Amino acid sequence: MKKALSLLLVGAMTLSLAACGSNSDDSAATDSTTAEESTTTEASDSEGSGEAVFRIGGIGPTTGSAAVYGTAVERGAQIAVDEINAAGGINGYQIEFNFQDDENDAERSVNAYNTLKDWGMQILMGTVTSTPCVAVVENTHEDNMFQITPSGTAVECIQYPNAYRMCFSDPNQGTESAKYIGENGLASTVAVIYDSSDVYSTGIYEAFAEEAANQGIEIVNVAAFTADNNTDFSVQVQQARDAGAELLFMPFYYTEASLVLAECNSQGYEPIFFGCDGMDGILAVENFDTALAEDLMYLAPFVATSEDEQVQSFVTAYQEAYDEVPNQFAADAYDSIYVIKAALEGAGATPDMSVSDLCDAMTAAMADVTYSGVTGKDITWGEDGEPNKAPLVLQIKDGVAVEL
Amino acid sequence: MIGFISYLVNGISLGSVYAIIALGYTMVYGIAKMLNFAHGDVIMVGAFVVFSTVSGMGLPPVIGILISVAVCTVLGVVIERVAYKPLRHASKLAVLITAIGVSYFLQNMALLIYGANTKSFTSVVTVPPITLADGALVISGETIVTVIACIIIMIGLMAFMKYSKSGRAMLAVSEDSGAAQLMGVNVNSTIALTFAIGSALAAIAGVLLCSSYPSLTPYTGSMPGIKAFVAAVFGGIGSIPGAFIGGILLGVIEILGRAYISSQLSDAIVFAVLIIVLLVKPTGILGKQIQEKV
Amino acid sequence: MKMRNLSKTTRSNLITYGMVIAAYIIVEIFLRADMVSSLMEGLLVPLCVYVILAVSLNLTVGISGELSLGHAGFMCVGAFAGATFSKCVEEVITSSLLRFPLAILVGTAAAALFGILVGIPVLRLKGDYLAIVTLAFGEIIKNVVNVIYLGRDSRGFHISIKDTVSLGLEDDGEVIIKGAQGITGTPNDSTFLIGIILILITLFIVINLINSRTGRAIMAIRDNRIAAESIGVNVTRYKLLAFAVSAALAGTAGVLYAHNLSTLTALPKNFGYNMSITILVFVVLGGIGNIRGSVIAAVVLTLLPELLRSLNDYRMLIYAVILIATMIFTSSQGGQEIQERIKLFFKRRKTKEA
Repeated sequence: MKKALSLLLVGAMTLSLAACGSNSDDSAATDSTTAEESTTTEASDSEGSGEAVFRIGGIGPTTGSAAVYGTAVERGAQIAVDEINAAGGINGYQIEFNFQDDENDAERSVNAYNTLKDWGMQILMGTVTSTPCVAVVENTHEDNMFQITPSGTAVECIQYPNAYRMCFSDPNQGTESAKYIGENGLASTVAVIYDSSDVYSTGIYEAFAEEAANQGIEIVNVAAFTADNNTDFSVQVQQARDAGAELLFMPFYYTEASLVLAECNSQGYEPIFFGCDGMDGILAVENFDTALAEDLMYLAPFVATSEDEQVQSFVTAYQEAYDEVPNQFAADAYDSIYVIKAALEGAGATPDMSVSDLCDAMTAAMADVTYSGVTGKDITWGEDGEPNKAPLVLQIKDGVAVEL
Repeated sequence: MIGFISYLVNGISLGSVYAIIALGYTMVYGIAKMLNFAHGDVIMVGAFVVFSTVSGMGLPPVIGILISVAVCTVLGVVIERVAYKPLRHASKLAVLITAIGVSYFLQNMALLIYGANTKSFTSVVTVPPITLADGALVISGETIVTVIACIIIMIGLMAFMKYSKSGRAMLAVSEDSGAAQLMGVNVNSTIALTFAIGSALAAIAGVLLCSSYPSLTPYTGSMPGIKAFVAAVFGGIGSIPGAFIGGILLGVIEILGRAYISSQLSDAIVFAVLIIVLLVKPTGILGKQIQEKV
Repeated sequence: MKMRNLSKTTRSNLITYGMVIAAYIIVEIFLRADMVSSLMEGLLVPLCVYVILAVSLNLTVGISGELSLGHAGFMCVGAFAGATFSKCVEEVITSSLLRFPLAILVGTAAAALFGILVGIPVLRLKGDYLAIVTLAFGEIIKNVVNVIYLGRDSRGFHISIKDTVSLGLEDDGEVIIKGAQGITGTPNDSTFLIGIILILITLFIVINLINSRTGRAIMAIRDNRIAAESIGVNVTRYKLLAFAVSAALAGTAGVLYAHNLSTLTALPKNFGYNMSITILVFVVLGGIGNIRGSVIAAVVLTLLPELLRSLNDYRMLIYAVILIATMIFTSSQGGQEIQERIKLFFKRRKTKEA
């Protein structure tokens, strides 16, 4: 019986090896197999596959507990790709976009990166989450491939010259939050709840704590939670309440925030709530009682309700395609694709250039790119790859996020 | 002092959720002698059914819960039939791996149907909260309902085991399934019944879990499932009152550990206490002594 | 009869070694000819990691007969110990050829130490209780690693379980382990060749252990503890030995893992019970106690999700179905009958092993 099993396994292995082998033998053949189901664009653009196209890859979690972010990025980017292709492409060339799942795992992310390389990726729009991004940036650096992460916030995500960022970095948000609270005199005593198992949350908290001291804000209580323990917040909320904090700083995602708000409500605790860009999307949580989030303030690069023309056209297109309101991840991804377009146009690049040449040309062009999109206006990039854009402070009033 | 009592109440609140999940776990383990890793995911399915029927279709909560119980019961029986029954005489490990496979299957199925976005679950509990000591101590309606439901289910299960014919058949199968078969007990249908009851309990647990902690994703069930499993082992796996006590204790330890020691190490504390208990008393708190072993 | 048996095991073991070496040579030829896809190239080191993990867990589960659900915890210890070491000596020892073997030794030793520490209390328990306690230990390790902050400056090492600020580092200080953010910037020292060498060493240790006096004692305890005890086998010692060796090898795999990616974090995903279960799946599907089976299953099951990539959201679902189907096919009575029939069909020798 064991023998039969091992025969079966050996057979499977040989098969899989053969499959892998053929992958490399003929990259055109791989195309058709990977492209078939992986993304929807290919179907519409495949007739152009004989001609030169720009191949942009995307990486992010579309399964697993972080799937919501990856899915949003995939969709946001898709909208941009479709728009650009419909308008004639970049420098006259169409774009092909291929998005791969990494389950928010560094190892899988590198696998996804290699899969995309086999597909012929020239530019990477990713990865969505920080930890995988830190791993993948090593590879793009080695291959000298242009990379822009829509939402990888950790400092190390873009530690190399080939990598750029669309969103704010962690320290940036923490500092901005503390400044805003201090300068507007929102509160003198603050309690913090943060996710100690999450790079994003910890990074913001640390920068916040540093800046809070400068702003004369007293942090009266700090309580952490972890990814394994993100449903029960009774202790953290009670500690904040007992410490008498006037403001509760919540540098984490809206999923947990909705639970914290519910817990505060049931304990009858009503501080000022202040969050970061991870809070964006809380109003879109299906079935969420928006009254709980009333008066919540948060930093965000993007408001779906903004009257800005670009934002409106993006939101409309997104809603038509996916029947939901885009969050900031989708918006960052949408902008990322346009930034890639701007850099390619600035460099006058063509798809026949090598990955490395493209990267050099694009990084040179990035210095002059000034981009206005849905997540900010007149954004420029420094040598370090960080965007220069001002965060918006939003507040939820009557169930709608408004700019302050 | 009031702070401590408040933490204690929170602990009991969390513990009662663990307890109600652990009851289902212990039931299945006691009779089928298998670790049903997919139990946590059946809970998630139960919660999603209520979400779809109550929040989506606007049915009254009672109807939604009944539909959910029905769906989970059928699901439990189907899972048993398709995945576990063929392995009745296989090694324990084979069954464990299959259970893990079922768990992945349910999670990914839910992911395909409902997507990854978090859903906010509307509490089905309408009992008002009790406010004591000028608002310093609040006992939520969910806590009250969960604790009461837990006690009712526990007593009901114990009575069912002791007095009903099928219950005694379950006891017989759990003692010695071979001998039970010889005595005319239909082992297959008894085990199927166990899964049916266990899964029905999972549906109720899912509703109460999500009423207390109103966020729902395809992965909602997995961590509470593991914790409840720990609770069941803690109390002596297979023992019905043990599951209840284990669940409550686990919740209280977790909350007190988080409040007074470290909020990041609360899981480590829970697991450390479990290890100590098992080393002192290798069959859990109520292992063995209790005769109503299911 | 005895001689024939002996030579049969030797032959079987030689085939196992040969298989690994042949795989290495084939892959190396393909690499030279530049015919390996980037995906496969990137997967080579992880494959080695999982093979080592599967083989080492098989020692506990298959040979020693203890169901352990905390294997990833030891991997975690090895990974963090090895990566910390590498980070510390990166400037002193610049040659990765010297540094990496030392890192492996450090990681392996640390994991072995934890194996002994965990093993002493845990091995008193049996069956499912042992499983849950190993799971608990694995979770504790992961949980504790997540709150450790380790920094170094001119005054030496500083450790904290709060945050980087409380390390009180001098200006020249450097944070090595940054709590949940783990270790970043570990040198990428892992190569396929080192991975293969480590697999061979692992196989050598495990296979020799099995076929030694010690191994027979361990299996005697597995098959009948009381009988083994009554003929004077020191049960605790042998069980602990197997457990510690298994943990140490998991630590080795951890070091390899840590030096393959530049970022190392203890997430539920890579060092939690889910990982332990994944490794257990390799062992069970490869055949409990079957070392070669573990190697093959680890390779196939690591490749499978990657090969199913084009199916996107359906791939984990398919993985689950394959898992269930394989278990039913290999372990159920009905499945075994079908296998028998297939065997007859191919006119294979009608040996009734199962």
